[in-house]
Amino acid sequence: MFQPKPDNEPCCGSPPGPPSSPDERPGYRLCSFVERFVATPEGVTPQVKTRLGLRDWLGTLRARLGIRRDHYRVAPGLYAAGSPCADSPVLVTANYKLSFDVLRRELTGANVWIVVLDTRGVNVWCAAGKKTFGTDELIDRVKAVGLARIVNHRELVLPQLGAPGVDGNRVRKTCGFKVVWGPIRARDLKKFLDSGKQAEPQMRQLSFSLGERLVLVPVELSLLVTPSLWIVLAIVVLSAVGPTFSLALTWLRVVEMTMAYAVGVVSGAVVVPLMLPWLPWRSFYLKGGLVGLVGGLAVTLGRGVGESRVLAMILVCMTVSSYAAMNFTGATPYASPSGVEKEMRRGIPLQVVALVIALALWVGGRFWS
Amino acid sequence: MNDFRYLPGVSTLRLKEDLCIGCGACVEVCPHQVFSVNESKATIVDLDGCMECGACALNCPVAAITVSPGVGCASYIIQTWIKGKGAVIECC
Ligand code: SF4
Ligand code: SF4
Repeated sequence: MFQPKPDNEPCCGSPPGPPSSPDERPGYRLCSFVERFVATPEGVTPQVKTRLGLRDWLGTLRARLGIRRDHYRVAPGLYAAGSPCADSPVLVTANYKLSFDVLRRELTGANVWIVVLDTRGVNVWCAAGKKTFGTDELIDRVKAVGLARIVNHRELVLPQLGAPGVDGNRVRKTCGFKVVWGPIRARDLKKFLDSGKQAEPQMRQLSFSLGERLVLVPVELSLLVTPSLWIVLAIVVLSAVGPTFSLALTWLRVVEMTMAYAVGVVSGAVVVPLMLPWLPWRSFYLKGGLVGLVGGLAVTLGRGVGESRVLAMILVCMTVSSYAAMNFTGATPYASPSGVEKEMRRGIPLQVVALVIALALWVGGRFWS
Repeated sequence: MNDFRYLPGVSTLRLKEDLCIGCGACVEVCPHQVFSVNESKATIVDLDGCMECGACALNCPVAAITVSPGVGCASYIIQTWIKGKGAVIECC
């Protein structure tokens, strides 16, 4: 039979936590970045925290490492930062959680509305290139959240890097809102808003600092994990090929060639991005080839360069580094597609030739030495 | 970005100056300061700085700018070589 406990009797376990938030609803989860809900003429809208919590930092780290990066998103729609009113500015961003976090972190003390577009969890710039941060999505989202009834002005502040996807003239003609191009970097936003939405030239100019290059490296590496597994498998198979089979020799060859490959990857996907401004030549395949040569010489140090397998290792290192560096063009904010195509027409044939020679030396070397 | 220069003479960017009304939209959206507007006409001041993002062409109200925009990404371009331009391509 149920016996209610007297109030003063201690219950088992730890003391109870704080009460549930009044904003919690059955079946809905309160996102950790939402402070509370604020009323608008179109219903309630979440007010975001402008300080990042532990969960946000862990999520940022995970996304930077490339783990489930495509699933790191927030729900598109309207959010509030601070306590915006009908005259407050409206900022537009992508629903990639990292872009969203960078934005709200810069909004401490500001009172603004944020319209989040559905870019399928892709950052503003890449989404603009793919047109998901695009004119139609913007027009539809502004209508869907009922923005015209929430604010009494007709202005949207968009990140400048969204411009390849959004036709500002068409937005104004179709939904009556004028597009104002904000600064490239979120950290300039407050200054931009405080100065009457005037961007200084430096706010409109892209940069590519060491820090900006550094955060790209883990993603570059994570993209290489799956192909690398296949390549190592191929190395194992090719290492066994020879006139006679020897387990010790095969093992040695697997280790040597895997090392050459790994140094090539590090040269092209880590060293080239970090040392970019100081490496000679403009073509990335040449920069990568050069760093790969240095890496290849380092990894084969102390071995006779005349030996065919040593030459093969150096060539593999150069080729892998050259290709990885060429692939990095996609992550830079200054390589043009026409330029990349031009360097690929020169680089890829050279890479193929180097690889064929390397294979011939490496596998063939066992038959003639 | 002057310490980062890519290959010279490859950009597909073109400006029809006679159409230009000097609104300045291209100056505003270009992340590499390729344009400047003097006496109500835009001019290309740094063609080799252009990364062909297409922002200027899309936002010019009188279609005075043309550029063939795209992604400067090797694996994307390899896929266009294999599947042909205009095919559905998974990007990097
Ligand atoms: S395509 Fe992009 S980089 Fe080139 S001029 Fe236009 S806005 Fe500038
Ligand atoms: S956007 Fe077009 S019309 Fe406006 S200044 Fe540039 S080229 Fe001229």
